[in-house]
Amino acid sequence: MSVVTVQLGQCGNQVGHELFDVVCGDAHDGQRRSYCSVSRERFFHQTERGDLVARAVLIDMEPKVIKHSMNKAANSGRWTYGDDAHFSQKQGSGNNWANGFCVHGPRHEAALEELVRRQVERCDRLSGLMAMMSVAGGTGSGVGTYVTQCLRDTFPKSFIVNQLTWPYGTGEVIVQNYNSVLTLAHLYGLSDAILVHENDTVHGICARLLNLKHISFGDVNRVIAHQLGAVLQPALTTDSHGLYSRNPLGELASALVCHPEYKLLSMSTVPQMPSASIAYSTFSWPGPLRHLRQMLVSNSKMEEGIDWQVRLPAASERSRSLTGGGRGGGRGGGGAAAAAIFNRSLANLLILRGKDVYSAETGGFEDPALFTSWLSPRDAFSLWKSPVPFNKYEKSATLVSNSQALLRPLDDMVRKAWNMFASRAYIHQYVKFGISEEDFLDSFTSLEQVISSYSQLS
Amino acid sequence: MPEGDTSLCSAVGQCGNQVGCRFWDLALREHAHVNKTGVYDDALSSFFRNVDSRKSDGGACGFGGRIQHLKARAVLVDMEEGVVNEILQGPLSEVFDSTQLLTDVSGSGNNWAVGHMSYGSVYREQIVDKLRKAAEHCDCLQCFFLIHSMGGGTGSGLGTRVLSLLEEEFPEVCRIVTSVYPSPEDDVITSPYNSVLAMKELSEHADCVIPVENQSLVDIVNKIKHMSDGGKPGLTIRKDSSIISGQGGLRGAEKPFDAMNNIVANLLLNITSSARFEGSLNMDLNEIAMNLVPFPRLHYLVPSLTPLYTLADVSVPTRRLDQMFSDAFSKDHQLLRANPKHSLYLACALMVRGNVQVSDLRRNIERLRPSLPFVSWNQEGWKTGLCSVPPVGHSHSLLALANNTCVKSTFLDLKERFTKLYRKKAHLHHYLHVEGMEQSCFSEAITSLSSLIEEYHHLDATKGKLIPDAPRLSIAR
Repeated sequence: MSVVTVQLGQCGNQVGHELFDVVCGDAHDGQRRSYCSVSRERFFHQTERGDLVARAVLIDMEPKVIKHSMNKAANSGRWTYGDDAHFSQKQGSGNNWANGFCVHGPRHEAALEELVRRQVERCDRLSGLMAMMSVAGGTGSGVGTYVTQCLRDTFPKSFIVNQLTWPYGTGEVIVQNYNSVLTLAHLYGLSDAILVHENDTVHGICARLLNLKHISFGDVNRVIAHQLGAVLQPALTTDSHGLYSRNPLGELASALVCHPEYKLLSMSTVPQMPSASIAYSTFSWPGPLRHLRQMLVSNSKMEEGIDWQVRLPAASERSRSLTGGGRGGGRGGGGAAAAAIFNRSLANLLILRGKDVYSAETGGFEDPALFTSWLSPRDAFSLWKSPVPFNKYEKSATLVSNSQALLRPLDDMVRKAWNMFASRAYIHQYVKFGISEEDFLDSFTSLEQVISSYSQLS
Repeated sequence: MPEGDTSLCSAVGQCGNQVGCRFWDLALREHAHVNKTGVYDDALSSFFRNVDSRKSDGGACGFGGRIQHLKARAVLVDMEEGVVNEILQGPLSEVFDSTQLLTDVSGSGNNWAVGHMSYGSVYREQIVDKLRKAAEHCDCLQCFFLIHSMGGGTGSGLGTRVLSLLEEEFPEVCRIVTSVYPSPEDDVITSPYNSVLAMKELSEHADCVIPVENQSLVDIVNKIKHMSDGGKPGLTIRKDSSIISGQGGLRGAEKPFDAMNNIVANLLLNITSSARFEGSLNMDLNEIAMNLVPFPRLHYLVPSLTPLYTLADVSVPTRRLDQMFSDAFSKDHQLLRANPKHSLYLACALMVRGNVQVSDLRRNIERLRPSLPFVSWNQEGWKTGLCSVPPVGHSHSLLALANNTCVKSTFLDLKERFTKLYRKKAHLHHYLHVEGMEQSCFSEAITSLSSLIEEYHHLDATKGKLIPDAPRLSIAR
């Protein structure tokens, strides 16, 4: 089955390009024919001459980035974007969500839908749609939200997953917290699962694990693409009977999003190292998996500086917190102390790729203490495996987690936006395009609800 | 073939046209430097159209073709002929044709009312007509740049009239105004009147105003001269630095104001660089107002430009790069006589050109942040753009635009000088003679300025105070 990717805005188009580059390079060796052919079918269609064309639609409100991505793909000599699969205008959305959502989106609705439909019709079987975008700017966030809404209407039965890049805490776009709040609040009602990458986290990985000195957006985007590829490439699931699973987006959503109130997914991959070091490294399963588990427990975002002090709550504490009616204390403002709090999961998906994958011991991820009391680990934990090494790593493990990991950054985002809203700064820019103070309040309300739900996980 | 984003420049008055002239000259130099193939491309199209003069209709040629004949996307307006004629007799003459020019012979006599009211009414139709014609050549008009000065009659009076006409005719298109403010020792005695009357128009009709003070330009040029004449040995100013020199442009010998006007022209080149060239973090022109203007009237953005004082010594590259970021916040590099570090930032944009990575940006923002006071609700009020093409003769450059309460001091100064004249009703009769001009225009203008100052003052007062987070919405559980 195939995935149709919709790349939106500067960030979405850059990350999308890197993703296709990773999956194409990864499934290029030809030694594992079934892996390759499933991956190919998933991400590319082939022309009569056998050329690979990405199952992607490229959307931006200005032409420069799309042109650049298309040229880069064509020059790779391995794959291309379709000539009929892109849409750009001449003028960006100006970092204004309202301009993207209320003006550009509706204005080009027919053309955009037609592009997506054409890609969908090329698929023998559709697994679902993945919209890739940032939440900070105007086009990715505003047009992206509008397009997601259209996709939901046009393909009511398909899985729709949004891959979101969250901006650096500071320095990209001044109104980024407004744009993020509006985007997330709307997507929460539309999307089946929301995969989140934080630029600050990924930047840290580039600096500390990949030892990069001058980090460019290209470096950041390649790390995101690597993690996404590790999830979306073919894998064997428990009930796929030794065949590669057919429906990556559907299985991702059903493994992790069991309740509509909880759909924010974070990701970690181990190991990650400078590409020059890969050839000289020895890989094993136990060490990295132990690290990955503690990263989950302590909400450490990378395999360095993991906080080993944080422990799972003992069984007695668990029952106490149950009778005590929830903790509620995880919410916001806890400062540095909050980092030391145990990170509770609703559901986790572990994906192992590489040599001796069947010998890897994953029992530690099935501890009931990791999860809420109302889901058993059997329902809350999923494991996918593939014996094919991913993207040059002999062994690698990726954890997609529906947990409290994104609570802090989400709470920060809402707090900063709310402080700005309290002084009504910048609101006139949104009102100009038809988003009222009332609309802002609605979005704040629904995100406070999400924050409250995640902080009460017990 | 469709064309990309385009911007239309309108220069009004003597100063405006002198700056404009430097701008088009340097823009051509920049594109000649970057575009080695002679093919008309997106980047060129933002300020120039490509015209085949052999076609009788002056038909435009598409993208990807040879550069035939470049015409600036511009309308030049002056109520005397001197400066515009000079442009027409110089090497830039080919870039303009008569449909883009509007002149009169008698000038506005340093009287805002003559420019705004008299000429504004007489030439209204013609101005609108020329703007419309120029706009028709733009497939996608993104932005108007208005270049004028505040002290005289034409730039200040007719310039602000052009601004309100733009708003009437093209309400959707962003209006960015570059205004040159007079020195306190200005030889135009009525310059406080003209400036304050113009300020009201700018506050009401512009999306962004980038104020530049004449005195700052003088100071910068003098400092550069001083350094290149008698600086320490080994620390010589590079002569090919594009910020002040016009070398490589079409014009040969330099005029007295050229060095000053070059600085303003470079400001405009840098603002538009990201819209013209590729970069890993684009910054469109409409993003400027969106990010930097939290309240409609508070749209005055203090510019600073680095490097200004390019030294020919060899130092460690990253140190020099970090120095560039520090300089952008120092007093010496502001194009307005103010010290933003001692006032309050509402928002700040860094527009970087050259081989600079996002990690360089992040490192410098983190480094500088602690020393810069930001308003409580915008502690992270930074907007950044990365354009990969540096200015000619530099490896990198930085333009900072700060929405900072320090702009208040220039306005207070102006208000004081206005009040001094107005108390004695000095020269008032010259204005009141003009049809359409009434004394209420003066009182309304000064009220508008006072309330603007008050708004900045109000924000300034929050500086250094610990303001608690707004109480959050509570959710029924």
